[in-house]
Amino acid sequence: MPVEIPVEKWPGKVLEVTLGATAAEGGTRAHTVTVGGETALPFLHFEGEIPNPPRLAVEISDVRPADWSPLLLEAWGEVVNDPAAWARAAEEVGADLIMLQLSLTHDGKPTTAADAQAVTRAVLQATGLPLIVFGPGQVDADNELLVAVADAAAGERIVLGVCEEKNYRTIVAAALASGHLVNGRTAMDVNLAKQLNILISDMGLPLERILMDPTTASLGYGMEYGYSVMERLRIAALQGDKMTQLPMLVTPGYEVWRQKEAKVGDGVPASWGDWRERALLWETETATTLIAAGADIVVVRHPETVRRVKAFIGRLMGK
Amino acid sequence: MALSGLQIYKLLPQTNCKECGFPTCLAFAMKLAAKQAELAACPYVSEEAKSQLAAAAAPPIRLITLEGPGHKVEVGNETVLFRHEKTFYHQPGIFVRVKDTTPVTDLKAAVGAAMGYAVDYVGMSLHLDGVAVEAASGDAGTFAAAVKAVHETTDRPLILIAGDPALLKAGLDAAQGTRPLLYAATAENWQEVAALAKGAKVPVAARADSLDALAELTEKIVGAGVEDIVLDPGARDPAGSLVLATQLRRLALKKNFRPLGYPIITFPGEGAADVIEEGALAGQQIAKYAGLVVLDHFTPALAYSLLVLRTNIYTNPQEPIKVQPGVYEINSPKADSPLMVTTNFSITYFSVANEVDGSGLPGWLLVADAEGMSVLTAWAAGKFDAERIAKAVKTTSIQDKISHRKVIIPGAVAVLMGELEEELPGWEILVGPREAVDLPGFLKLWRAN
Repeated sequence: MPVEIPVEKWPGKVLEVTLGATAAEGGTRAHTVTVGGETALPFLHFEGEIPNPPRLAVEISDVRPADWSPLLLEAWGEVVNDPAAWARAAEEVGADLIMLQLSLTHDGKPTTAADAQAVTRAVLQATGLPLIVFGPGQVDADNELLVAVADAAAGERIVLGVCEEKNYRTIVAAALASGHLVNGRTAMDVNLAKQLNILISDMGLPLERILMDPTTASLGYGMEYGYSVMERLRIAALQGDKMTQLPMLVTPGYEVWRQKEAKVGDGVPASWGDWRERALLWETETATTLIAAGADIVVVRHPETVRRVKAFIGRLMGK
Repeated sequence: MALSGLQIYKLLPQTNCKECGFPTCLAFAMKLAAKQAELAACPYVSEEAKSQLAAAAAPPIRLITLEGPGHKVEVGNETVLFRHEKTFYHQPGIFVRVKDTTPVTDLKAAVGAAMGYAVDYVGMSLHLDGVAVEAASGDAGTFAAAVKAVHETTDRPLILIAGDPALLKAGLDAAQGTRPLLYAATAENWQEVAALAKGAKVPVAARADSLDALAELTEKIVGAGVEDIVLDPGARDPAGSLVLATQLRRLALKKNFRPLGYPIITFPGEGAADVIEEGALAGQQIAKYAGLVVLDHFTPALAYSLLVLRTNIYTNPQEPIKVQPGVYEINSPKADSPLMVTTNFSITYFSVANEVDGSGLPGWLLVADAEGMSVLTAWAAGKFDAERIAKAVKTTSIQDKISHRKVIIPGAVAVLMGELEEELPGWEILVGPREAVDLPGFLKLWRAN
């Protein structure tokens, strides 16, 4: 019996955003990474184009992270003491992008603009991958450090984050001045995401230089909220709503590894099972579920997760 | 797919006899469409119209029930493609596969471990749904013995897996008193398998490698008198599985295509090299339209992650899971123990309660009615403001239980401090950490005076 397959032809398309710049383009990256460009829902190849696979960014820290799970510290080993070595190690396990997280303090003192610039330069020298830099998450520190980082990395087309409603003016101005991109983060809400994209583009930053980060949560801790907001944003994009047509970046690594399921091995119920297996399942399943909802860049922490999720994306892309 | 009033009108006698109690056939049709009248009220409606109307009223994805002596699993009857459109209703059944080539004692141990597994998640006890027994031996006696052993070990539903109808018959006989799924009818064996399913009144899985062949197969099975069908569209890899599941769900919901209006069964282990990959693929299938998921591995970590994922995806987006507002005692608090306040969103409550509990330190947790929202969301929506927190403090019995007058508010709503001091004269407002995970450290420094 011939079955007529319903095919959705969407009028809209997700914008393509390119991270990084090679020498020919005014930077020093070995290659660039382009995300977005979809004209169909995730991996429905039969009804549209999925020109670029979702990409994996590995989170590294400018100083040895004080609060990371022993499982992560053990998996990365010595490199957690040296951001440049860490970036190289991340590249070796298959990272597509490096996400450098700046800390609030350095050796007990507030991180200075010079510290942030030095670590950014070191990481850029250590790896040829495009770079994402997140500030410590406090408005004043973010403004000071990210402006300095933007200047130090001028021409590299790095992504500056986190760009929120309360600080977007400073961050966007820095991106405009030095040829970078921004990662616009809002609470899990379709309209807030749209509104921030409008505010950012109103400052003159082309949409092709904006990623949107609708915030996510770990499996078990509200993941379904982010999941549905991302599905709604992606459907709106495909329906032709311009201010939602940006690739999405989410941070499952950060969200998962602060929850007990991944973070700790002791003092949890026996029914939670083997710690390492549980942690890897938690990070992998959170990442792959968000990718199924439309994530274009997922930032993860464990090297094994990078390998796992990358292989899974490869299979979803039909490779 | 529901018919409109006009579509129903065309099926009625159109004589306006008024015997149904309505002035015209059109008025009656409109009431039928609004489900405010019964077709039986019309004495003259034709048999053909009756069957057409009944068919139109049937759900686009048939509800299928598997039953064991103590548990049943209902899957199907979904109405949307995306959970935000309404909600997903019937959580996919998660089964664990065992093979009859395993010695009976090992088999019983494996089934006992998987079916005895339970894990607590936000106050709910989650467990797996049943066992799939595969006739890997190819021998009817061996299969029957394995099914019997499984049946004796668990009271949950079974799936019987065999290609040979004689084996399925042996398994079915050994599973007396249950309603298992027969897996699977194919283009080659469907007549005998459908006859078995019809005789035992049990559901049957149909397996084919294309949707065309699958629709043809289900039509034949329905023709043989079996209505309860589950679909296996073949693909085992993540990409093929996603595409076929999406196409099946759309055909059922958007085209009301009856031959494929049934729940889907998946075998993620067949498309994965190990437990973690199986978890990723099973997770995709839970989110994207599987009705029954048969795992090849049982480990507590895999079960925990997938049971939580299933609960998350099937949570009604319109109704957050809430806990009862009120005073919760953690680690036997005394009059001088700290008082913390949070919202009644279940994930928020359990994050906070688990941290305090895990710290070993006693505390009072006052849960304010924030309409089931998390701290920041509730604050932004005006459901967790100074007035509401003060009301929770004043209207519960907490004032009589503690000797001090200090209340710890979440760090994320530190801005409420001033207003709350005005609302609660005589109280000291302390700002706690932003994240629940930092509560144990915070509580270590607690002093009542």
